[in-house]
Amino acid sequence: MSTETAVRPREGALDARIPSGPIERMWERHRFEMKLVNPANRRKYTILVVGTGLAGGAGAASLGELGYDVKCFSYHDSPRRAHSIAAQGGINAAKNYRNDGDSVHRLFYDTVKGGDFRAREANVYRLAELSVNIIDQCVAQGVPFAREYGGLLDTRSFGGAQVSRTFYARGQTGQQLLLGAYHALERQIAAGTVRMFPRTEMLDLVVVDGRARGIVTRNLLTGAIEAHAGDAVVLATGGYANVFYLSTNAKASNATAIWRAHKRGALFANPCYTQIHPTCIPVSGEHQSKLTLMSESLRNDGRVWVPRRAGDTRPPGQIPEAERDYYLERKYPTFGNLAPRDIASRAAKEVCDQGRGVGPGGRGVYLDFADEIRRQGEDKIRERYGNLFDMYERITGENAYRVPMRIYPAAHYVMGGLWVDYDLMSTIPGLFVGGEANFSDHGANRLGASALMQGLADGYFILPNTLGDYLARVTPGGDDTRAAAFDAARRQVQDGIKRLLSINGSRSVDSFHRDLGRVMWELCGMARNDAGLRKALVEIPALREDFWKNVRVLESGEELNQSLEKAGRVADFLELGELLALDALQRTESCGAHFREESQTDDGEARRDDERFAYAAAWEHTGNLSQPRLHREPLVFEHVHLATRSYK
Amino acid sequence: MNLILKVWRQKGAGSPGRFVSYQATNVSPDMSFLEMLDVVNEGLIARGEAPIAFEHDCREGICGSCGFVINGVPHGPRRGTTVCQLHLRTFEDGDVLTLEPWRARAFPVLKDLVVDRAALDRIIQAGGFISAPTGSAPDANALLIPKDDAERAFDAAACIGCGACVAACPNASAMLFTAAKVSHLGLLPQGQPERWDRARDMVRAMDRELFGSCTNMRECEAACPKEISIAFIARLNRDLVKASFQPRRAAAAAGV
Repeated sequence: MSTETAVRPREGALDARIPSGPIERMWERHRFEMKLVNPANRRKYTILVVGTGLAGGAGAASLGELGYDVKCFSYHDSPRRAHSIAAQGGINAAKNYRNDGDSVHRLFYDTVKGGDFRAREANVYRLAELSVNIIDQCVAQGVPFAREYGGLLDTRSFGGAQVSRTFYARGQTGQQLLLGAYHALERQIAAGTVRMFPRTEMLDLVVVDGRARGIVTRNLLTGAIEAHAGDAVVLATGGYANVFYLSTNAKASNATAIWRAHKRGALFANPCYTQIHPTCIPVSGEHQSKLTLMSESLRNDGRVWVPRRAGDTRPPGQIPEAERDYYLERKYPTFGNLAPRDIASRAAKEVCDQGRGVGPGGRGVYLDFADEIRRQGEDKIRERYGNLFDMYERITGENAYRVPMRIYPAAHYVMGGLWVDYDLMSTIPGLFVGGEANFSDHGANRLGASALMQGLADGYFILPNTLGDYLARVTPGGDDTRAAAFDAARRQVQDGIKRLLSINGSRSVDSFHRDLGRVMWELCGMARNDAGLRKALVEIPALREDFWKNVRVLESGEELNQSLEKAGRVADFLELGELLALDALQRTESCGAHFREESQTDDGEARRDDERFAYAAAWEHTGNLSQPRLHREPLVFEHVHLATRSYK
Repeated sequence: MNLILKVWRQKGAGSPGRFVSYQATNVSPDMSFLEMLDVVNEGLIARGEAPIAFEHDCREGICGSCGFVINGVPHGPRRGTTVCQLHLRTFEDGDVLTLEPWRARAFPVLKDLVVDRAALDRIIQAGGFISAPTGSAPDANALLIPKDDAERAFDAAACIGCGACVAACPNASAMLFTAAKVSHLGLLPQGQPERWDRARDMVRAMDRELFGSCTNMRECEAACPKEISIAFIARLNRDLVKASFQPRRAAAAAGV
């Protein structure tokens, strides 16, 4: 895609526009300072919301309730299918219902520390503050959270925290929260404030006079390429973990919307911050199409171990206690099995690299419930995790009440995404980004149960406010798609599709995706080093070149064509993968989920370099994929003091 | 192991369809059913034939995208399991499997195994929600909900909207789907103010969408991958009777 109509960021464009004053009062003050749109004028403004997960669904519904004219887009057949539905464990909120010392400030502190001091303090504070409203909102919608016998809400503990602040709905918290947002959205669709476009994929962003003014979409049933104009665009299109091919993301989860917005001028921040989740079901063979997460909440009652001796192939039941290594408890006595995800993942890789991994291929560790089953009884464990044990049994054929689960880390979530300011607006005025698609709150590592919190904070509470402030400053432009930029974007999309269909090479889209995934996992996965990243920077462009010569996409563009849909997404992953590797290469420190082997302490922990790297890296597309331009947003820590993150 | 598949192929909504046989050779019992179809599709693409279109996304049994009929049973033979979570170890080497899309007037076939389920969203639009605009909520613990009520509401809320209940029903009724939503919301105190209108409006929407009526065949319950009980249908019927004695609320549900 050409970049002639891309927005060039101004020099020093990375002004996060953080309001002044004490952090505790910032959001409240900012809301007072924001301009408001008169209720009678709101329907004159059209807002395009792309994505219907927690951020997009909640955002579209809330904006519709305010009276804006909302058009909402999803490539699924129904907004309820967005991948937020698959989140299992829970959602954090600083309610302090347990009287265990929690507070907004503690959730803020835990999140900044958990992110290894690479997040923006102001955003994180607001997130912690809003967390309490989210739970209220969801209960009012009828989300059936877990409850105590007295009728009050139940909570549990999650990784990276010593308080019990995670609200949950069995192992299906994401499903129930998304259904809450989906109900609110359907209610607005019925009321006529939101027009829903299912089976419609965004393929380009339209920028007119330096502002985001619309999108180009493809109707996935008819292939029709259409332009939609709006006064603002919201991307809530999720993360790009499928760049690894095998991940816990849904098969269709992709980066196309944010990547094409990036090519239109939106800066892309911290692409190398990719989270590898420690508790997933191990790969079983070449045919593997995706990996399945086993909720982190299992680590509340499960103990992680491997045999002490390398090459010990005895079944787990025959390995006596003294010959087991409960390595998380040994290395991190304070947090034990609840060490944060990045640390638990690397520890699993380390013991497997030592030859102590279990199961076929030796890439697995045990997650053992025997002690807790003895202590609390099987029924209690079943009540808490029954659906997860069932899922494990369906996939592996093993009964985890009798033998320990086998788990291994897998790509799960991305902290990187489009750069946004305090108002969640990207470097393109009028383009807002919410949920996993932005980079804002989790720094270099996200804590468990914080993704749902962020998606809903963005959707219910932040975007409906900040969009109003932006819209109050612009004149409503209506439905007009006559500007030349719309035609140009539409033509580019059509040309791109024609090109994919005309190559008629010899290899399927999936085969390229698998190859890309292998390169990304091996060279840009859980541990990275200079030589490996340089190798990736040779292999990814070569694979991309081969793709554009050899990919085979059958059938036409004027019908439901699933290979064509995948081809566009994989083409974008083949570009994004290179930026990810470049970002990982420039960040020679280790921080959070980004582990550079060159930068570690004597006992193998991540060594941050705050002198040189206390910034968010925001990349500008220059037209040359191998030479993006780096902009830096310095990160200032005034409330949580920079310290070595320790969970020992 | 090897399988023989007889798959419904249909180019588009207006085209005629037919069964076509394919061999799935040397597939592993550890594969999921959809991974086996991936392999078959890779083979088709290599031969220059159009791959089989089927819907899927999370492959964890929660998004509700996937679903087709295997040998007459929606989602295949394993109880409480979506087709994405069905593994080949459930089958025997040499099995012959017939794959068809959901069959129902309200679910027109779009291509191969893909159908249009938008009618389910329209049933939700008719009242499958609690009107709680953003920002208006009281403290979450201000409302006490007995644990058993919350659990029963959850049992109903577990519906993934896949449509297997409709495909299984000889009348192509969406009663289990509708009852699950009416019960999820109607079992909770927050759902009481709109309870009677909700039941009436959603059932009316179901009729409008040309789903059939419920005649207590119980096929839906047997096919439901989330094992949602038809006791919820009985509950919906009770609510409908009670609703007939209630005055209709003003159309406050318009969302303004």
